[in-house]
Amino acid sequence: MQENDTLIIGGHEFHSRFILGSGKYSLDLIEAAIKNAHAEIITLAVRRANTKEQENILDYIPKHITLLPNTSGARNAREAVRIAMLARELGCGNFIKIEIMRDSKYLLPDQTETVRATEILAKEGFIVLPYMYPDLNTARDLHNAGAAAVMPLASPIGSNKGLCTREFIQILIDEINLPVIVDAGIGRPSQACEAMEMGAAAIMANTALATAGDIPQMASAFHLAIEAGRKAYLAGLGRVLARGAASSDPLTGFLHDGEGQ
Amino acid sequence: MEHSRCRINHMQYLPGMEQITSDVCEKVMSHMNSYHPSAYTAKDVTAALNRDFCSIDDFKALLSPAAEPYLEEMAQKAQRETGRHFGNTVYLFTPLYIANYCENYCVYCGFNCHNQISRMKLSLSQIEREMNIIAQSGMEEILILTGESRAKSDVNYIGEACKLASRYFKMTGVEIYPLNTDEYRFLHACGADYVTVFQETYDTDRYETLHLLGNKRVWPYRFDAQERALMGGMRGVAFSALFGLSDFRKDALASALHAYYLQRKYPHAELSLSCPRLRPIIHNHTIRAWDVGEKQLCQILCAYRIFMPFIGITVSSRESERFRNGIAKIAATKISAGVSTGIGDHEEKYFGKETGRQRGDEQFEINDARSLGKIYRDLKTEGLQPVLNDYLYV
Repeated sequence: MQENDTLIIGGHEFHSRFILGSGKYSLDLIEAAIKNAHAEIITLAVRRANTKEQENILDYIPKHITLLPNTSGARNAREAVRIAMLARELGCGNFIKIEIMRDSKYLLPDQTETVRATEILAKEGFIVLPYMYPDLNTARDLHNAGAAAVMPLASPIGSNKGLCTREFIQILIDEINLPVIVDAGIGRPSQACEAMEMGAAAIMANTALATAGDIPQMASAFHLAIEAGRKAYLAGLGRVLARGAASSDPLTGFLHDGEGQ
Repeated sequence: MEHSRCRINHMQYLPGMEQITSDVCEKVMSHMNSYHPSAYTAKDVTAALNRDFCSIDDFKALLSPAAEPYLEEMAQKAQRETGRHFGNTVYLFTPLYIANYCENYCVYCGFNCHNQISRMKLSLSQIEREMNIIAQSGMEEILILTGESRAKSDVNYIGEACKLASRYFKMTGVEIYPLNTDEYRFLHACGADYVTVFQETYDTDRYETLHLLGNKRVWPYRFDAQERALMGGMRGVAFSALFGLSDFRKDALASALHAYYLQRKYPHAELSLSCPRLRPIIHNHTIRAWDVGEKQLCQILCAYRIFMPFIGITVSSRESERFRNGIAKIAATKISAGVSTGIGDHEEKYFGKETGRQRGDEQFEINDARSLGKIYRDLKTEGLQPVLNDYLYV
C-alpha cells in the first residue's frame, strides 16, 4: 500500500474516497458522513442551498469540507450552466457536479446535454464532475470537454441495487485517464468495496446511508469497506480461474536450459 | 332529467376553449370504466405486494376492498419506497387565496356562485401585504388560488400575483381555473412553474350532476389542463379527484393513471398527486366524504406510492394533525402549513391581530391549523426533515 494514497480531483487532494450524495438529507446524515465515513466532499443541491430557511444545509457543513454543488433540477445544458453560476455566487466554490435529467421517473442523465454543459463550465474555470451513464464514448467526450472526473451510475439512482453496470464501469476505469467516481445505486458496503477493488477512485452514496437502520454505523461500515477495497486494488487482486485449480508450485518448474543438461 | 336537458352538454367544448390532440384521456377512461374493484382477491393483493414492480393491474388490486386487511403491509412497503426516493424529507408550502369569486355552480363547494358568502378579490397591494406576512414566517413555496371566475380574476391579474410572488418566494404554483396553452405560457413567464387542477371526479355522469353551471361544467377541457400546462412550459403539474363525490376507488385509479400516462408522454414533467376529501362548507355542514374513512385514504396513498414511487404526494390541511403526522412517515412528501382558505386574513391568523379589514369567506373548513413553526417542530420530533425549498426557477 502506498503511504500517500491521495485522491486528486482538479488539482485538489483528498484523503477520503467517500463522497456524500445529496438526494436525501438530514443533519444527522451529514454529521455521520463526516465523523464516521470520514467524508471530505459533500454534495449539495444548489436548489436546496438557495434558501432562507432556518436550517440552511450550508450552515451544517463544516468549513474544512469541500462542497460539491450539483445542478439537480436542470433539464438541459443551459439550465445546468445557470445553476452552476448561481452556486458560485452563493459561495459554493468551483467544484460542480453536473446532473441533467429529462426523466422524472428514473432520473437518468442526458449524456448529450451533459457533455455540452461540461465544455461550457470547464471553460468558465469550474472543476466539473459529470454524472453519466457508463458509456465509453461519452466518457471520452467528457474528458475532451474538460471534465475533472467522471461519475458513472452503478444502477438506478436510489435503488440500492449495486453494480448493475459493472462491466461498463470497468471499461471506463481501464480506458479513461480520469478518476472514475461510482455514483448512484451503491446500496451496501460490500458493493462499494467491490467497486473500489475494480479500481474506482471513489464512491458516492446517499440512500444507502440515509435509509439505514443506524446511520452512524452504516457510515463507519462504508468507510471500512472503501478502505478495504482500495487496499485490495493497490495490492493487486489474486487471479480467479474460470475452472479447475492451479497449484502454487508451477508444473514447469523442472525445466532448465542451463549447463549440465 | 328535465333540468339536465336544460344544461349545456358537459362533454362539449365551449368557444375559446383550446382542444388538443391527446390519447391520454382515452387510456385513462378505458381503465377506469373496466375496473371492478370487487373482482380482486386477497391473492391478487399479496401477489402485488410481493412484486418489485407494480403493474397497473397490481395497482388496481391494491386499491380494491380486498386490500383493506393488508393495510399495514401496504404501509410498510410504501414507507420503504418513500424512503428510497425521498429519504425522510417532507416539503412544506402554503396556499394563498387571492379571490373567491366564482362563476360555477358546483354543489359541494363553498365558493359556488349560489352560496351566500362574503366575496372578495385582493388588490395587488393587498396581495403583496399577504405575501409579506407569509414570507416573514419563513415560508418559501406558495400556491396561489382563486375561485374560478375569469371575469373577476382574469389571467393578467393572476400573472401580476405570480410576479409579486417571485419576489417573496422561491417557488410559485397556481391552482386556478383551467387555461389554454398560451395562457399557461404567460403565467410561466410571470414566474409560476407548477399547476394544480383537480378533476373533482373522473366519473363523467356524476360530474354532470354536480357541476351545474359555468365553464367548469365542461369535463374534457378540465381533463386536458395539465397537458396544456406542460405544453405551455410549466415544470410540474398536480392531479386529484375530490374523494367522496363518486366511487373513490375508481377516482383514485383514474387520478394516478392520468399522471402515469402524462409522465410517459412528458418524461421530464414533475408530477404530484393530492388526496382531498370532501369537507363541510359554509351553509352546508352535511357535506362530507362519508364512505372515505382515514383507512381508505391511507390505502389510496399507499397504493399511489407503491405504483409510482417517484411521484410527489401532497396532503392538505383538510386532514387532521394526527393523520398528517402519520402519513408523512409513510407516503406523503409535501404538506401545507400556516393555512387559511379565506381571503385577506393572514395577519389575523398569523399574528392574532383584529385588523378590522374586509375579508372573504373560506372555501372549506380546514382540519389542521398549525403554523409553519409548529409543523416544522412536529416533523422534526417525528424524525422527519422539513424542507422549505427544493427548487430553482431556471
